Amino acid sequence: MGKYVEMVRIRFLMMLAYRTNYYTGILIYAINIAAYYFLWSAIYGGKSSMQGMSLGQMTTYVAISWLARAFYFNNLDREIAMEIRDGKVAIELIRPYSYLGMKAVQGLGEGLFRLFFLSLPGLFFVSLFLPLQFPGHAKTWLAFGLSLLFSFIIFSELNLLAGVVTFFTFRNEGLLRAKRFIIDLFSGLILPLSFYPDWAQQLMAYMPFQAISYIPSMIITESFQGAAVSDGLFTQAAWCVLLLFPIALLWRVAKKRLVVQGG
Amino acid sequence: MNAIEVEHLRKEFKVHKSRSGLVGAFRDLWTRRYTLVRAVDDISFAVKQGEIVGYIGENGAGKSTTIKMLTGILTPTSGRVVVNGMNPHKEREKFVRTIGVVFGQRSQLWWDIAVQESFRLLKKVYCVSDEQYRRHMAEVIDMLEIGPLLDKPVRKLSLGQRMRCELAAALIHNPPLLFLDEPTIGLDVLVKLNIRQFLKQLNERYGTTILLTTHDMSDIEALCERVIMLDEGKIIYDGSLERLKERWGQGKRIAFTFAEAVTAAFLQQLTEGLEVVWKKGEQPNVWVSHVPSGGVPEVVSRVAARCALQDIRIHEVPTEEIIRNIYEEGAVHG
Repeated sequence: MGKYVEMVRIRFLMMLAYRTNYYTGILIYAINIAAYYFLWSAIYGGKSSMQGMSLGQMTTYVAISWLARAFYFNNLDREIAMEIRDGKVAIELIRPYSYLGMKAVQGLGEGLFRLFFLSLPGLFFVSLFLPLQFPGHAKTWLAFGLSLLFSFIIFSELNLLAGVVTFFTFRNEGLLRAKRFIIDLFSGLILPLSFYPDWAQQLMAYMPFQAISYIPSMIITESFQGAAVSDGLFTQAAWCVLLLFPIALLWRVAKKRLVVQGG
Repeated sequence: MNAIEVEHLRKEFKVHKSRSGLVGAFRDLWTRRYTLVRAVDDISFAVKQGEIVGYIGENGAGKSTTIKMLTGILTPTSGRVVVNGMNPHKEREKFVRTIGVVFGQRSQLWWDIAVQESFRLLKKVYCVSDEQYRRHMAEVIDMLEIGPLLDKPVRKLSLGQRMRCELAAALIHNPPLLFLDEPTIGLDVLVKLNIRQFLKQLNERYGTTILLTTHDMSDIEALCERVIMLDEGKIIYDGSLERLKERWGQGKRIAFTFAEAVTAAFLQQLTEGLEVVWKKGEQPNVWVSHVPSGGVPEVVSRVAARCALQDIRIHEVPTEEIIRNIYEEGAVHG
């Protein structure tokens, strides 16, 4: 356990090693949220509600989506791909820890750092200018926290899965980029899922992406009420468990197929 | 107990062959042709505890592939590997606690953070207690003279400084077996000497078994009593360095610098009956003769009697040349 905590600490140090990145990071979050606010207020154009959401709810939805994204988002897939491409994976495999487990912990370290030092300051900054509505119930916040943790797990699992594919293909930047757009689009980050046509919504209900962003955002904006909250959390938990199987399977095959490139 | 036992080890890679030209590139999109490459081909050897073994071979001979199988990174295609009593790739996480590895061409330290932070993380990873760490690492840090480097980020270190830190990092858990894959590559003479001395001390004090690959024969001469020589994935020599030298490095080399131009035919005639091989040297009027042992006085006296000489130098055949000769001849059965 100690080694995983230590790895989180190292990730913090690495993020702090480049201070400019840190400050521009805050700015980027603020700009992103502000841009979406202006976009949505133009779309609402004076209408009080769309698809059952008011402009205030929508703004909060967007702000929270990006806040959540700061936490769950990581580049584990690209890190794995890079380590395989330049052969650095050899170093990881001579250490007494699970490679994928340690990668996930590194993602967690990065996520925690960004959540507390990047997006919370960014959100505070934005809330000075924009009308955000946060719920007052402790229960909502609790459900949101849990939901966010699930988001992180699902997102990281998808990333590990995509990363392990590199063991077979060596170059898969195209695949990784496609995966990233699919997640941003289908997870409800850019547009709440209730805005999609019915057939698309039904399709997406069977995919893990909506569990990443849509569910936590709906919980915190209190668009989900009562049973919908626990249903959402259950869906997330199910995906967390379900995604473990393909990862374990692929990893077992991948280890045998591993070729360490360059020396 | 043997530290390393390898029997009939084999590793095959599928290598994708690209077709030539644009048309070929398009055809590669649909069907790919593969060739099977045997990087390691049926090798067997054992290393006793406390030995320092040099694992040598030309580029692409299969050295690194073997090391990667011995360390559990790669899965063998077939054969048996037992290292420290364990099967490396089957029990990887437990196994790697008992070995230390340095890859000369890859860093295991974190690039952006201070060396001591990397050490601290590795200490946690290997579950080394504070007390153990202080006792063992203080010594290692002292011997490698890296104390002043510990608070610098790795990217600010020179290659020599970094390599010494890498070595220290591989020893944090004081492993009984150390794999070094080209640890002295690109280092200057002083750093090389420091590292060699350190490895010797390590071996004497803790009985650490060391398997080392290198292209630098002076590393091998300084450290190893035993060498295993690899060519095209097969072992072509396994035995003591002494015997290798005795059998293939017999005789001496004499470099004559003549005062005026001479011909090969003339020299050959001069030393007839002595089994001397003459080769033109790199400088003008320099000729090098390869003389069987015991023949040196006779050759020198014959040449000196007939020719005006400026200089004579007598050397032993360097190990590098012995090795080159063996590669040229092919397999060695010793």
